[in-house]
Amino acid sequence: MRTPNDIGGLDEGPVDVAIHDLTFWEKQIDALNMLLGAKGIRRTDENRRYIEMLGHDAYNTLSYYERWTASMSRLLIDKGYITQEEIDAKVAEIRGRLAKDAG
Amino acid sequence: MHDHDHHDHHHENDHAPVAKDEKIHSYYQILGLALKELLIEKGVITADEVRKAIEYRDSITPANGARMVVKAWTEPAYKVRLLADGVAASKELGLDPGALNLVVVENTPDIHNVIVCTLCSCYPRNILGLPPPWYKSREYRARVVREPRAVLAEFGTRLPETVEVRVHDSTADMRYLVLPMRPAGAENLDEATLAALVTRDCMIGVSLPQA
Amino acid sequence: MMGALSPGDRVRVRDDYPVGHIRTPVYVRGHEGIVARAFGKFRNPETLAIGRDGMPMKVLFEVRFRQKDLWPNYSGSDNDTLLIDLYEHWLVKV
Repeated sequence: MRTPNDIGGLDEGPVDVAIHDLTFWEKQIDALNMLLGAKGIRRTDENRRYIEMLGHDAYNTLSYYERWTASMSRLLIDKGYITQEEIDAKVAEIRGRLAKDAG
Repeated sequence: MHDHDHHDHHHENDHAPVAKDEKIHSYYQILGLALKELLIEKGVITADEVRKAIEYRDSITPANGARMVVKAWTEPAYKVRLLADGVAASKELGLDPGALNLVVVENTPDIHNVIVCTLCSCYPRNILGLPPPWYKSREYRARVVREPRAVLAEFGTRLPETVEVRVHDSTADMRYLVLPMRPAGAENLDEATLAALVTRDCMIGVSLPQA
Repeated sequence: MMGALSPGDRVRVRDDYPVGHIRTPVYVRGHEGIVARAFGKFRNPETLAIGRDGMPMKVLFEVRFRQKDLWPNYSGSDNDTLLIDLYEHWLVKV
């Protein structure tokens, strides 16, 4: 009866102590999350609840900042700042731009 | 376009499950950018605010914590204040702890402290900056509460059985910083040299300062 | 409310499993420890998480456990401890 984040005491392998700098994408997600907090749009515990609601499979598949992205997207939809349709259209637009850049 | 598609799908033919994960990661990478662009288009945030937020984060480094540690090593009265009220003691050095509730825990010959957040990634960000990748990892969070000595050994830190290893799981409003012991052989070093000994890992408690 | 528990008191963590955003990890639930210090009152994360104001506030305590009480085959020293921050409504005085 654990939420997917509640992992204290579970069996796991060695700690990978390697240090790598955040990518620019990760820094942007961190900045977005910070700004949404500063503007009173989300509270830390709301963010955490959305991450816990991802379920075990999504929690374990997604990277740290991907989980934050998932949490922010759902919170912004639930609070009426953004609609799923707007997200879908924007994702398609960005994919188009990336494909054009790559091609 | 066709070249791009071909490249994208290359791995899928060889390793289907990996390719599925790649598609998931790709979706979330794009979703993050989509959220940023939508929030800017709607006027919820500005591009300048995003840039400044990134600059702010980059400006906070473990050197802040190292200054506090060195001052505590060199000024006994500051150490007393630091252990009594980490927030006020950080402000004395001109640092901005923001809304952080900072608790400083002292290593002694008998006690070694180590910090974790098993539930997420709580960390004194306003003082030390963002946590290292391993601090947020499943392996560290799961294991350090149950087998701290084994985890510390993976960082090269081995402690005698006579030392109490004290794990702090920061589950709530308080954020923890370890005040390490001043290493033997560091008696005559100047403050800048001392500060260089106080790494981020020392202030989380997985390492010891090495003179 | 602040007076209900004090440093030195022996407490048991509730062994309950409500649905929602809970800051009491499963690994300490049902275990006994000692109140190490009180940190004052903070908004309740369980209701902050669902968009409420987190009131009434809850007293936050640091609770100390002996590692060998938490884990049946703890491999370290008998002196080793774990300290964790828990809100008052998760603690029962023993």
